[in-house]
Amino acid sequence: MWQNFPLFPDQASTIAPKVDAIFFFGLGVAAFFSLLIAVLVIALAVRYRRRRPDQIGEDEAPHDALEIVWSVIPLLILLVMFGWGARVYFQATRPPANAVEYYGIGKQWMWKFQHPSGVREINELHVPLGKPIKVKLTSEDVIHDFFVPAFRVKYDVIPGRYTTVWFQATKVGTYHLFCDEYCGAEHSRMVGSIVVMDPKDYEQWLTRGGGAAAPAASGEELFSSLACSTCHRTDSTVRAPLLVGLYGSQVQLADGSTVKADDDYVRESILNPQAKVVNGFQPIMPSYKGQVSEEQILQLINYIKSLAAPAGGATPTPAPGKKG
Amino acid sequence: MSSEAAVAEAPHNTHRVHYLNANYGVRSWLLTKDHKRIGILYAISMTFFFAIGGIMAALIRLELATPAGDLVQPDTYNRLFTMHGIMMVFFFLIPSVPATLGNFLIPLMIGAKDLAFPKLNLASWYIFNIGGAITLYALLHGGVDTGWTFYAPYSTSFSNTWVVVTGVGIFITGFASILTGLNFIVTIHRMRAPGMTWFRMPLFVWSHYATSLIMILGTPVVAITILMLAGERLFHIGIFDPAYGGDPVLFQHLFWFYSHPAVYIMILPSMGVVSELVAAFARKRVFGYGFVAFSSLAIAVLGFLVWAHHMFIAGVSVYAALVFSILTMLVAVPSAIKVFNWTATLYKGSVSWETPMLYALGFIGLFTIGGLTGVMLGTLGIDLHVTDTYFVVAHFHYVMVGGVIMGYLGGLHYWWPKITGRMYPVFWSKLAALIVFIGFNLTFFPQFLLGYLGMPRRYHAYPPEFQVLNVMSSAGATVLAVGYILPLFYFAWSMRYGKPAGENPWGAVGLEWETSSPPPPENFEVMPVVVGEAYDYGKKAYSFPKQEAKLG
Repeated sequence: MWQNFPLFPDQASTIAPKVDAIFFFGLGVAAFFSLLIAVLVIALAVRYRRRRPDQIGEDEAPHDALEIVWSVIPLLILLVMFGWGARVYFQATRPPANAVEYYGIGKQWMWKFQHPSGVREINELHVPLGKPIKVKLTSEDVIHDFFVPAFRVKYDVIPGRYTTVWFQATKVGTYHLFCDEYCGAEHSRMVGSIVVMDPKDYEQWLTRGGGAAAPAASGEELFSSLACSTCHRTDSTVRAPLLVGLYGSQVQLADGSTVKADDDYVRESILNPQAKVVNGFQPIMPSYKGQVSEEQILQLINYIKSLAAPAGGATPTPAPGKKG
Repeated sequence: MSSEAAVAEAPHNTHRVHYLNANYGVRSWLLTKDHKRIGILYAISMTFFFAIGGIMAALIRLELATPAGDLVQPDTYNRLFTMHGIMMVFFFLIPSVPATLGNFLIPLMIGAKDLAFPKLNLASWYIFNIGGAITLYALLHGGVDTGWTFYAPYSTSFSNTWVVVTGVGIFITGFASILTGLNFIVTIHRMRAPGMTWFRMPLFVWSHYATSLIMILGTPVVAITILMLAGERLFHIGIFDPAYGGDPVLFQHLFWFYSHPAVYIMILPSMGVVSELVAAFARKRVFGYGFVAFSSLAIAVLGFLVWAHHMFIAGVSVYAALVFSILTMLVAVPSAIKVFNWTATLYKGSVSWETPMLYALGFIGLFTIGGLTGVMLGTLGIDLHVTDTYFVVAHFHYVMVGGVIMGYLGGLHYWWPKITGRMYPVFWSKLAALIVFIGFNLTFFPQFLLGYLGMPRRYHAYPPEFQVLNVMSSAGATVLAVGYILPLFYFAWSMRYGKPAGENPWGAVGLEWETSSPPPPENFEVMPVVVGEAYDYGKKAYSFPKQEAKLG
């Protein structure tokens, strides 16, 4: 029990020292004021202890200046904590543009991950050291939470939508991955590990998995096996909108509004096609709810993404019927 | 009763009629409309629910003494922490101070004969018990495993436990809370004695006024949320579960819209108690009376605007997170004002270290730690690492146990001689206060460390490197339990063997100390007129016009 008794977690990501810095500032503030109050309370209670049974205290006149001082000083400190904390939060929740995208799916009670190369893992995620990595997350059932204490990284994994965490590991090693949102009977067994490897070792490790298909390639296979291609053709937009160049563009809907074709939009259009019908098309697409898993939806999204502008950028391609 | 006889006799004559001996028998209690008796009925019910919640806590700490989940099954563990939370939050902490001490004291403190609606007051106790009984029924039939937060879609579509029944229990209990709040507000507005202006009211009454506003405005929201949860669970109406077209984050917004203000329902009345205790045991007016009074209202209002700080990493936009973070910072200011003013009250006071004062000073220390760690949690950059870990568990226990229960126990020790007419043993009560303070810190301080290390809450089993701190916490819980059990014994003992307390054993100023102990059924033999300020030590603040002899 005593052999391994840490008091402070590993610092293994670029964001960890930033979180620790604001934490220590907050801790300093908390410790200072707690001690100040404790010392004052004890000192005053001793100094002004009752000496005669009938002794009464001396009333002090109200002192507005003092009240303002002890309201404004804490307020200023609080505003510093707010601003500093907000800065760290923005850095921690907004992935850099060059982050490589991985996929993670939470389900009762396991984690499934897929690498950009297509390699899949369960309850383990191997990542290269020093590269910004973004994990796109969703859940197949209840809310889970992706938490790596050594990285100071945490975000809820929510059914029905995508959330993202990102990190850049700074230390080779194996770190806890916890589910940090209560998710049922085996919540405390929904733990895994993040294995940070030297980039060369990581490349080698990837090849050990054999020839796994990249998510977009699996998505293309699904696209034909689910017969999506019967309507979503590249040579005709009679029955369904063209998907080439769709991802990342603004789509004009039948009700006159526009929506950005992002992951959540594509996902919704697969599961609930009637929710947002593209302008100029009939609501004839059947729902694929129950026929595709979250993993397959991610693969389909990847395939559709790969059909976007060949440059790979997010240059919006005009959708059919888009007004100038 | 015969008031002439009572007046003619000496104050401690055994034949004096008071609310406890005015009539006897089970019926006289179960059908009572006397706010003092109803306060005691509430205390009995709540002690029972607290004991159940406490047993759950003991089992949780026992399980966590070892890293492996070896004492109970995971399913059982999940039911234990869920029922611990539900019992403690809805059936102990929310009603704790208001329904017992508030009920007993508000009419006494403002010079009224009773609350405005005595029958509603009794009805609220019955409603409270019916809600409690339904929740207990669910517990005995296998319990519920969603956590007291009932997050969807786990609660609406996945849990195979008694979610709806428990929800019904909480729904019903909510009405007890609404009725109590309504009763207090009307009483405080309409039934103050002549001369008892708003700014002569004790701060205890101010804090209960603020609490009552939250009770009547917030409780309906949680009631509606529970109805929606039941609707989705029973009829698959798509509100929260994305499988039916709902939004799980919406549940969290609705739940915390009540449940965050509910934290202030718990803590504000205890803050009121502490104001009374500090004034009484420093024998002077609370420093910055007006600031302390208005800080209660500020907390009540701002408390409604910070709910999403529970959801910074739950899928709210970064801009929403910014707004809720800064509002959370603002709510810390009125709390700081209170703490500084209490501390300043000690300056040039006549401070006595009686048992209630020990609790009050303990409250100030523990609440300060609880509040400041709350500020840390409100800081976005810190929250994203520690939310949903033991850091949060430690923080809210510092506020709810270190704050609310310290205040409740302090108040109980302070007004016990008024309630029962008898004193409790000084040595044992001081010992218990010390044990509670030490046990509490030993239990919950290690959890701050565990949280920063990354131990998630609601874990039945955990990695071995967290064991040392968990063992410390479990050991502390044992000490804390002793501290809670001791008062049960000496309070029970004092009811029969304690020495008679007299009207005002502490030499405190306040209308409740102007009447006899225990008070007569109508509270005052002669209705008082207020001629001075609150906590006016050394001056005569009250007069009893038709019976001048009473004061001599």
